[in-house]
Amino acid sequence: MMSKFSFMLYAFAALLVGGTALAGDGNTVNTNAIIMFSIFVLATLGITYWAASRTKSAKDFYAAGGGITGFQNGLAIAGDYMSAASFLGITGMVYAKGYDGLIYSIGFLVGWPVILFLMSEQLRNLGKYTFADVAAFRFSQKPIRVFSAIAALSVVLFYLTAQMVGAGALIQTLFGLEFMWAVVIVGVLMMAYVMFGGMLATTWVQIVKAVLLLSGATFMALGTLYLMDFSFEKLFETAIGKHALGDKIMYVGGLVSDPISAISLGMALMFGTAGLPHILMRFFTVPDAKEARKSVFYATGFIGYFYILTFIIGFGAIAFILGNPDYFKDGKLIGGANMPAIHLAHALGGDLFLGFISAVAFATILAVVSGLTLAGASAISHDVYANVINPNATEQQEIRVSKMATFVLAVIAIGLGVAFEKSNVAFLVGLAFTVAASATFPVLIMSMYFRGMTTRGAICGGTLGLVSAVALIILGPGVWKAILGNPEAIFPYSNPALFTMTLAFAAIYIRSKLDNSAQAEAERALFDAQFVRAQTGIGSEGASAH
Amino acid sequence: MDQSTVDKIQQSDSFKTLVAHRTSLAIKLTISMLVIYFGFILLIAFDPAFFKTIVMGTNITIGVPMGVGIILAAFALTGIYVRKANSDFDALSDQIKAEHHLS
Repeated sequence: MMSKFSFMLYAFAALLVGGTALAGDGNTVNTNAIIMFSIFVLATLGITYWAASRTKSAKDFYAAGGGITGFQNGLAIAGDYMSAASFLGITGMVYAKGYDGLIYSIGFLVGWPVILFLMSEQLRNLGKYTFADVAAFRFSQKPIRVFSAIAALSVVLFYLTAQMVGAGALIQTLFGLEFMWAVVIVGVLMMAYVMFGGMLATTWVQIVKAVLLLSGATFMALGTLYLMDFSFEKLFETAIGKHALGDKIMYVGGLVSDPISAISLGMALMFGTAGLPHILMRFFTVPDAKEARKSVFYATGFIGYFYILTFIIGFGAIAFILGNPDYFKDGKLIGGANMPAIHLAHALGGDLFLGFISAVAFATILAVVSGLTLAGASAISHDVYANVINPNATEQQEIRVSKMATFVLAVIAIGLGVAFEKSNVAFLVGLAFTVAASATFPVLIMSMYFRGMTTRGAICGGTLGLVSAVALIILGPGVWKAILGNPEAIFPYSNPALFTMTLAFAAIYIRSKLDNSAQAEAERALFDAQFVRAQTGIGSEGASAH
Repeated sequence: MDQSTVDKIQQSDSFKTLVAHRTSLAIKLTISMLVIYFGFILLIAFDPAFFKTIVMGTNITIGVPMGVGIILAAFALTGIYVRKANSDFDALSDQIKAEHHLS
């Protein structure tokens, strides 16, 4: 392990030196940011080295041995969920439109209570490593596992591509590295964390990142308020005075166009959260249902607090960045729409703090892509390989397949990141949430609560949800009109979740009701045992001994 | 767990109490969250002018305390569930396990 590990270190050093040397075309190299990011990387590689020595069994690799506490997992969930897109994207949205940014962030938060009330304890009591363990609990393993893996990989690849392209562009701006190098560094580091350190390393990378991001954002919000004498009145007044939209930034703008799109987007954000494979996987890292529920409580607190901070930071950026010639070139914000938080960091704390926030943004990306990669690799190794292709596989074989899958996924992610460099990939995040809300979430929740459900119902509804979500997003205004350049969208609403979720739930229900096979009867009969275990935890997976 | 144990547990009063209490709490809290969030979204969609109401000073509109309130409400609801579950549900689960000599 050591030799592999030092290889990774050298590879990283070489990449960094190479990347720095290759930075060009007017990008200034940000030394502070690179030093602080290098400290983060060394620390996380240290964690990975420590985690690698403790990752022996499949349970260690997929679920960190089941020994993470509720509080730690709450932080890790926050670190897994708060992406650079939410930090920079939402502060950027508040900067551009004011109040509308807050509406968006609320949508990203409200799924969490629902996960707690309906799913978190049941997931922990029924599952082992992946959400498919729960979805396939009383059904025919092969079809459900294959479906779950396809759905999980779709969500992971859509989300991962969006993150990689965003990461490349961001790091290019912040660090002065070339796009290609930025994407390769992200890909290689996430591969190292996941391959060598498994879930334990991924968890601690996410915890460290969450603490850094929450501290950095707290400092920025406090700095903004300090300069405004801790008066929101003064902050908003200054912002209104500077913003081109004037007092319109204080109320609802154009984000919500029509009621159907608004409800549909709300559903995708709320229930999509409850269907993201990398998030669901986090529930198997705690020892029992009690810690699972505590983790959602802490995660909701951290994520909610973070979104309140982004609102203050966005307004701080309007107050202190807008009209400051240092941050504009030819009348445009330097670096583009995602940069207000970064410029505010400089305005508040100078070069050193700018370096810190840039390093935090990089770390943020790494934590999210690592979680995604591990979820994707687990779908391949645990669901497809160990449960479909080779049910007699040993744990060591399964872990080996997972590591190979991690490698392949990292290469694909780098490839997709480079291939889509110049494309508008913003729709991919919406697509990932919509697919999660329409394919994984309905199958999972129905398997827990609907006694009459059968394998055929699950496959029918889940597949329809998946296919319709992808199709209607492509035919909708975000892709058909904005990207493919057609004059009118075939499907009129920007988000289809209202329709695709309804379709998935209805199809699961109807197809299951029509299923009169003997197998269907057997699956319904197994519901009682599943329900007792889900409610009481009797028979559930314990934490590993060490 | 064999089928006869499952049947016995399902027939027991402690299990029935656990399921009834947890289900009722989970449904109440889920509906609260849905009503709060989708109520907010529908208000935005159908009555955007409402958000021009100023509630504090000269420029703090009603949407600001409302938005922050929804975030705090989401956190508070999770707190209610966790508190109730920690005090009641775990005790019932332990009781069920003890009654049926299971761990």
